[in-house]
Parts: sequence; structure tokens; C-alpha cells
Amino acid sequence: MIAAAFFYLFAGILVASAFMVIASKNPVHSVLYLILAFVNAAGLFVMMGAEFLAMILVVVYVGAVAVLFLFVVMMLDVDFAELKKGVLQYLPVGLLLGGIFLAELLLVVGSWVIGPGVPKAITAPIPTGISNTEAIGLVLYTKYVYFFQISGMILLVAMIGAIVLTLRHKERVKRQNISAQNARTPEMSMQVVKVRQGQGLGSNSVDANSTGSAS
Amino acid sequence: MTIGLGHYLSVAAILFTLGIFGIFLNRKNVIIILMSIELILLAVNINLVAFSTHLGDIVGQIFALLVLTVAAAEAAIGLAILVVFFRNRGTIAVEDINLMKG
Repeated sequence: MIAAAFFYLFAGILVASAFMVIASKNPVHSVLYLILAFVNAAGLFVMMGAEFLAMILVVVYVGAVAVLFLFVVMMLDVDFAELKKGVLQYLPVGLLLGGIFLAELLLVVGSWVIGPGVPKAITAPIPTGISNTEAIGLVLYTKYVYFFQISGMILLVAMIGAIVLTLRHKERVKRQNISAQNARTPEMSMQVVKVRQGQGLGSNSVDANSTGSAS
Repeated sequence: MTIGLGHYLSVAAILFTLGIFGIFLNRKNVIIILMSIELILLAVNINLVAFSTHLGDIVGQIFALLVLTVAAAEAAIGLAILVVFFRNRGTIAVEDINLMKG
């Protein structure tokens, strides 16, 4: 009974906040509702018995992806009210397609049956007596280690790609050139000048910046 | 009453539909479209985990983990492209994204 109450609590808030993600006028509110939706989905995961995925969902989505969204929304100086104009123009076709899609999905959900061969085809049954995290680790690091490595490569490529895309070298910013610094010799950096009495440096004057700047 | 597989699948179906509806509703705003894609991937994850725990097979949760990885990578790359595009063009409206004349 209490499980059903919690299911309806999590599911209700999840669906409501997902609706507010797509319906709210302010994108910052959308991101905050997205965070709420992810937290409630994590609650559903805990109820299903996937505690590790629930915690990963909170860490990855709330801690990284949603903050990234929030950062981008606040950094871009976009007139969101202008973007919101003409929304109702697409409402009928969206409602029509969404309604058809939801009806089809619910028809499938209402009339599914698990095939007779499915229980025999289970490759990694959930072991009892150990935690969910341990069970995932026992399978992920043995049977699916290549998938694990490939997902790490995907994250590496995404990280490098994001850095390469957004990095920009501004002009007129002085940067350190280490090889040029190490290649300097005393002859390049200083010059002994004989100063004659009463005449000053004259034409022998040394421009202080000519040897100082590396690039 | 007990909460079974069908309940979770219904929630996932509604969430998936909301994601698709969000893409239609916010056709001009790329950020909301990316958030809708995140909602769709979340619905897929709920489906995977529901079947995983219902059938007693841990592989579904492994796949959900991989989907989570790809979703995070996709969000990072998508937002990076968005930032670069905004820097170059000064707008993120979808109908102005026509550099390639596609």
C-alpha cells in the first residue's frame, strides 16, 4: 500500500514536471523542472530495485547535465520571449501526433505478454544476497567490459570535442611560450653597452622590449 | 493493489510522449529540444530498468548505464555546438540555422 502511494507520488510529480519542462515560458524554469523530473525518476528507480542507477542518475543528470544546461541558458543572451512566439501554431499537430503515439504505446502496454522463451534467455540473472551495485559490477566488469571501455571512449571523445569546439584563442592575450623562454641565451637577452661620459647612450640605445617578448 | 511492470511502462510511455510533444511545441528553441531529448532518453531508461527488474536480468541495468553515458555525451556536445553557433550568429532560433542550405 505504501509502495503504491510512493509510486503514484513519484510518477505524478515526474509527469507533471516533465510537462512543465516543455510548457514553461522561462528556460531556467524548464531546467529546474528537468532536475525535479530526474530526481523523481531516481525515486522510481529505487522503487524498482535499481539503487545504483538511481544514484548515478542523480549524480550524472542533476550534478552534471542539468547544471550544464543551466549554465548555457544563463550564459547565452537570447530573447526567449521572441523564441516562444508562435508556439500555439504547432500545438494542434503536436497534440495530434503525441495523442496517436501515446494511444499506440498504451495499447502496447495494455496488452503485452512475456514470451515463453524469454525466461530461458536471461543471460545474467540478478543474484540475491548482494547489493545492486555489486551485482552490476560483477557483470559490467566481466561480460560487458568492452562496452564499458567503449562508453569511456565516448565520454573522452565528447569531452575533447566540447573543449575543441568552444576553445577560442583571443587576440592580444599574452601567453607563455615555454620553448622560446628555454631557448633564450644570455646573448639574446642582454647587451653590454659602454656609456661614454657626457654623451649618454645616444644611438646605442637598446629597446627594452625588443628581446623581451617571446612571440 | 500492487505496482507491476505495466505501471512503470505507462509512466515511461507518457514521459516519451511528453518528450516528443515538447519537440513539436518548442520548435524554435534548441535548448528545450535538447531537454526533450533528455526526457525521451529518461523514458527509455525507465523501460530498460523496469524490464530488467521484472525479468530478473541485470543486463537491462547495464544497458541503462550505457544509455546514460551516451545521453551525457550528447548533451555536452549539443550544448557546445549551441554555444559556438550562438557566438558566430548571435541567435539560436531553429529557423535561422540554415548555414548549410539544407
